[in-house]
Amino acid sequence: MSEQKLQSQTVQTTGHAWDGDLQEYNNPLPVWWVYTFYATVIFSIIYWTIYPSWPIGKGWIGGVSDITYVNSEGETKTHSWNTRALLLEDLNQAAVAQKPYFDKVSAMSYEQIAKDPEMNGFILSAGKALFSDNCAPCHQAGGQGVIGFFPNLTDDDWLYGGSFDTIHQTLMDGRRGYMPAFGEVLDGEQIDQLANYVASLSGIGHDSAKAAAGNALFNGETAACYYCHTSNATGRKDMGAPNLTDNIWLWADVPAADAAEGKVSAIRNVIASGLNKGVMPAWAGRLSPEQIKVLTVYVHELGGGQ
Amino acid sequence: MQTGLEDQLGLYQKRIPIFTRSVKGRFRRFKTSVLVLAYAIYFLLPWLPWSRLDAPAQAVLFDLPGRRFLIFGLTVYPQDVIWLALLLFIAAILLFFVTGLVGRAFCGYFCFQTLWTDFFIWIEHKIQGERPARVRLYRQPWDREKVLKVGGTHALWILASFWTGLTFVAYFTYAPQLVIDFVTGQAATAAYITTSILTLSTYAAAGLMREQICTYVCPYGRFQSVMYEPETLAVHYDARRGEAAHGRASARAGQRTLAERHEKGLGDCVDCGLCVQVCPVGIDIRDGLQYKCISCGLCIDACNTIMDSFSFPRGLIRYDSEKNLASPEPAAPKVQWKRLKTIGYGVALVLMSAYLVYSVATRGSFDRAVNQIRQPLYVVLSNGDIRNRYQIRITNKAGQDQTYVISARGIPESALDLGNFREVTIKPGHSGLVQASVRLPPALAAKTTHFELVITPQGKPAEVRSEKVRFDMPGKRP
Repeated sequence: MSEQKLQSQTVQTTGHAWDGDLQEYNNPLPVWWVYTFYATVIFSIIYWTIYPSWPIGKGWIGGVSDITYVNSEGETKTHSWNTRALLLEDLNQAAVAQKPYFDKVSAMSYEQIAKDPEMNGFILSAGKALFSDNCAPCHQAGGQGVIGFFPNLTDDDWLYGGSFDTIHQTLMDGRRGYMPAFGEVLDGEQIDQLANYVASLSGIGHDSAKAAAGNALFNGETAACYYCHTSNATGRKDMGAPNLTDNIWLWADVPAADAAEGKVSAIRNVIASGLNKGVMPAWAGRLSPEQIKVLTVYVHELGGGQ
Repeated sequence: MQTGLEDQLGLYQKRIPIFTRSVKGRFRRFKTSVLVLAYAIYFLLPWLPWSRLDAPAQAVLFDLPGRRFLIFGLTVYPQDVIWLALLLFIAAILLFFVTGLVGRAFCGYFCFQTLWTDFFIWIEHKIQGERPARVRLYRQPWDREKVLKVGGTHALWILASFWTGLTFVAYFTYAPQLVIDFVTGQAATAAYITTSILTLSTYAAAGLMREQICTYVCPYGRFQSVMYEPETLAVHYDARRGEAAHGRASARAGQRTLAERHEKGLGDCVDCGLCVQVCPVGIDIRDGLQYKCISCGLCIDACNTIMDSFSFPRGLIRYDSEKNLASPEPAAPKVQWKRLKTIGYGVALVLMSAYLVYSVATRGSFDRAVNQIRQPLYVVLSNGDIRNRYQIRITNKAGQDQTYVISARGIPESALDLGNFREVTIKPGHSGLVQASVRLPPALAAKTTHFELVITPQGKPAEVRSEKVRFDMPGKRP
């Protein structure tokens, strides 16, 4: 104990004494700490002058440093330094770097783009980004669509045609698929017969007698399905009436139904209630002509085109 | 008894300046040759010309904007990062292996901190003279002589540091152009920043801090001590011989020869202190093995010189193992490698080096990555066929344009649809992206769980590479 007492007496005090003997130890901060503190003060003042710092009213002190960039239209823009301007600079740099590619896209024909390996790489990456931003909410990230809602773009069935020109037209002007509700004009028996006939077209288990009756309805004037779907049921691309003889289902979720009865029932529902939801919005005006051209080639490549 | 904060005398020790005496001998010669060799490589390599078609004529060029490392005839791309990982592994294992055998050999002879400190001490020695002269100069007031000599030393240090920094930057750009640009103010900002940081850090580490880097900063020095085993060779003072029964003593009259000393019970150490004076970290090796010792062997040279002058046998300070020193009948020290740990490190070292050499030697002229498109995994087509799609990325690592032919194995050739790109030409250092779609009828799809995509560089059939991929279809496979 005595040793400790002896040592503590060697510690400096501030020199004041209260109540006769109450003293305060003087433990100054380490010198390096104090100088570091001064250095940070000086640093902060330099920082204020260079970068945006103090808010004043609705504005702020901008600082002396600024950001200058050239946007894709070739205009030079200058902002006082801030992270948003930094982002704008980055975005514009990327846009300027992409511009030659988009220029090439608008100059080349679809066939030329599809044959150029470099442009093909650009379509795959830029097209994927555009597709993810604009198309994926309905058609899903890979273009596989959702049965009952949005068509699958990766198969070889093209409702409105799979050539570059028809895909381009679909993108520019949009589409509206429509089928009247036959529940209002036909009775349940007739709808059941029609459903069996449509199932028979794709080789799904069905009642042959009902299917034969359905065939008569299909090509007769009562139901007049052949008007849109044609008499051999292969559909009409000019009005988006689907081919009923293939294995691809958009509205009736036939692949998900287990038994033949379930599959026929899914078809029956579509015939009875009709469709008024096959709406593809028009993209002209929302996307630039070059962007639509990139998407046209991208979508064409998704399903292999026609 | 617990002591409070107020009882601590000070957390930081002020640096005690070290003035090393120069010495001649085996270890000094070895250190000097390593220094000359290492400096020759480091400072001259960026200036070695090497003719290239698409890059500056520099043998070793780390082309960061081009995302490639040009090392003589080899071009390393970021995809080869496994080589860097292997190289780091090999370096680490080599360090462990050598440390287990002969102690901190890296610290003493090869570490850049040691090399640069050695070089800076050499400059100091050339300008300010031998140890006694430097001690005198240190103590004398700041007169004309001291200002000139100390100032000159620091000026040369800064010059050496600057050239060290600039040389480092020269590995990343064409060296002759860099020097011109640097002087005329046209070099890249990164070049100026890197050079100044390295100039300052070299000057501080090798000129001002020196052994404090090894003692307080460097983690390797500390963890290498953990690799020591009783059999590890290290710089040791033979205390049994040096101290004998009554300790060391100076070689006064009457205790000058070995016979006289042994009769009086004195050790062989004449307490000349030379081993302390030559030590770059300022320790006394006679206190035993200690963490500050970087194992540079200069005290061995110093002691041997003294032993020779008295005609005593050499090796009072020598490379020896703790086990051998403690044994009743010490044998001649030799490297002891017959230990599980050492053999393990050795095997790992050989395996990894062999793999690295193999990997570099057999590297193809292109890289490929094949990914099955997973959204959707498969598509059922209108006639019931199943289609899977794959994205193929080919990176051309050769020095010229190359055409690649893509084909399939394990499925009918007609099932593979590559659009317009059954052959694709890619520029050197660039990547090409190709989409492949494979269409199989359901019966064949059910049998095909996997197949191979084959990429053949045109004109180089030996470099063909194939990639096994899955083929998916709806439902369970029979």
